[in-house]
Amino acid sequence: MTPFHRVSGAAAPMTTPNIDTDVIMPKMFLKGVDRSGLGDGAFNLLRFIAGKPDPDFVLNKDGYRDACFLVVGPNFGCGSSREHAVWGLQQLGIRALIGTTFAGIFNDNCANNGLLTISLDAATVGTLADIVASPASNRLTVDLEQQTVRVEGGGTIPFAIEPERKQAFLTGRDAISSTLVFADDIRAFEARHRADNPWF
Amino acid sequence: MSGRTLYDRLIDAHVVRRLDDDGLVLLYVDRTVLNEYTSPQAFAGLRAAGRKVWNPSAALMVVDHVNPTAARRTREMPDADAARQVDYFADNARDFDIEYFDILDPRQGIEHVVAPEQGLVMPGMVIAAGDSHTTAYGAFGALGYGIGTSDIEHYLATSTVRYRRLKTMRINVAGHPPLGVTSKDIVMEIIRRIGADGATGYAVEFAGPAVTEMSVEGRIVMSIMIVEAGARGVVIAPDHKVLDYLEGRPRAPKGEMWDRAARAWLQLRSDSDARFDREMTIDAGGVAPLVTWGTSPDQAIAVTDRVPDPDSNSTADSKMAATRALAYMGLTAGTPIQSVPIDFAFIGSCTNSRIEDLRDAARVFRGRHVATGVRAIVVPGSTQVRAQAEAEGIAQILIDAGVEWRQSGCSMCLAMNDDILAPGQRSASSTNRNFEGRQGPGARTHLMSPAMVAAAAVTGRITDVRDLIGGDLP
Repeated sequence: MTPFHRVSGAAAPMTTPNIDTDVIMPKMFLKGVDRSGLGDGAFNLLRFIAGKPDPDFVLNKDGYRDACFLVVGPNFGCGSSREHAVWGLQQLGIRALIGTTFAGIFNDNCANNGLLTISLDAATVGTLADIVASPASNRLTVDLEQQTVRVEGGGTIPFAIEPERKQAFLTGRDAISSTLVFADDIRAFEARHRADNPWF
Repeated sequence: MSGRTLYDRLIDAHVVRRLDDDGLVLLYVDRTVLNEYTSPQAFAGLRAAGRKVWNPSAALMVVDHVNPTAARRTREMPDADAARQVDYFADNARDFDIEYFDILDPRQGIEHVVAPEQGLVMPGMVIAAGDSHTTAYGAFGALGYGIGTSDIEHYLATSTVRYRRLKTMRINVAGHPPLGVTSKDIVMEIIRRIGADGATGYAVEFAGPAVTEMSVEGRIVMSIMIVEAGARGVVIAPDHKVLDYLEGRPRAPKGEMWDRAARAWLQLRSDSDARFDREMTIDAGGVAPLVTWGTSPDQAIAVTDRVPDPDSNSTADSKMAATRALAYMGLTAGTPIQSVPIDFAFIGSCTNSRIEDLRDAARVFRGRHVATGVRAIVVPGSTQVRAQAEAEGIAQILIDAGVEWRQSGCSMCLAMNDDILAPGQRSASSTNRNFEGRQGPGARTHLMSPAMVAAAAVTGRITDVRDLIGGDLP
């Protein structure tokens, strides 16, 4: 996965609650056997009307087309487990999502691909959304090492992240290789578990 | 020290080792079920890294999401993309030596219908799979939960998942559901009360007399649908109904092994002094048949109610969401939901496509006919459910009522196949998600129970099923 250290760029507000993975990645884009072509799919039914960019959609507006952060509403990524949603956001150039709560499977999918999810309290997310609602003040720097979101020309917001998760993002490590270090533990567990539950 | 919850017991029994001090563990996973659309990139990853599947016998592969449901079934997929996914799926089954039910297999069906049918789901297991509705298996006293494609690949390569322990929530369902109120209505009532993120970060245990009285099928509905409140795992203590369901299934233990397993399984429950991070109780007696009016499963009202006013929301964002939902749905605040006409009626999906659901629908369709201008289709959850419904005469009742009787698959739950609505079309649907575009770009979905879908199909508008028939309803 792509490591995450420090990223600077534009942020776009998208604060509607419960934006689901069907909206993030519509079904028409789920029929591949690889991860390609999903940048077109991301928010497709919101971004385009009859094939043309919808000028009202935030990522089609001046100052937001190259956004690499989204400031999102609660429960972002709810619904279907489709990891295509995360691949598509990344192919669209999104590197981090800032919100209050993220749906569970989506949040894990983000972590497995190096798309950073930052959880802050509702008041802070609301303030940040208001700030980035103007393209004049929507440049942010997210520094994972320091665990801060800095508003260019403005304040700095600290965020919390579990140390293990932080390390995974910083190193971009391969989770499977990390787990296979414990292959002997897995085999030993498996033997005990089968003895305890021979009917499995 | 207080006792342990069933969730914690299941996790404790599957921890290979701790990975940090914040509850992250390497969790052993007993089983998975794979489908053709969330698994390909996982297998591609294994191939690229030259990795094997740790335990091929722990997995089952079944085609369900992209296949057509036309009555005449062929191996060929009608569109090239679906064909490529199914071909690659079959290649992966062969190359990684995993059991595979193809589209013509008499055991084919929706993964969460098929796995229990085959007896692959047993109390005490942890089951993770690449579909959010894997929580279905909570109904059996197994911990089921959905994972993405990267975690599928991780599971296949290691039989484990890196897992952070969840908070626990017990939802007690007291009382008796009134006539015409099903497990679907009860879980929709819970979701509308706690919201679409009300259970985010929690493993939910359903308990209480109404759950005990409920069939295993009804418990599956609750276990699946509570995902729409964000639940990341579900458990229900297994009882004799679960044993009755499992006994004799192809993969269930037999003979003396069955007796040992059954004794162990009946011990699986939360300790009486177990503490939950959150508890709530709802009275099933106070639940009415519910219908969604918006584009999030928590936007639901009793069928006797009117479409709510967005101004009744407490926050600006939820008001904005409600306003947007009404515009998408083509509805006006204050409209009685029962006056809303439908174009399409769909009964199917992992949530409501089992034999019990089809029986419920048939009770409404019997002696009636689908309304003029409405198209109704029933997609059984599995090929076995289809055969059983035909043997019980249910299929004939549906066909006589003008319903299209289909082959099994996920179908219009997510409309990845050719069962898809046109923009602006409105459906009454027994599925689990009413998201924008879910049943087709611009399509409008109203979630409800199978009996309520049948009622809407025969009247042509959203209808209180209690007004149609009396005493023989669930």
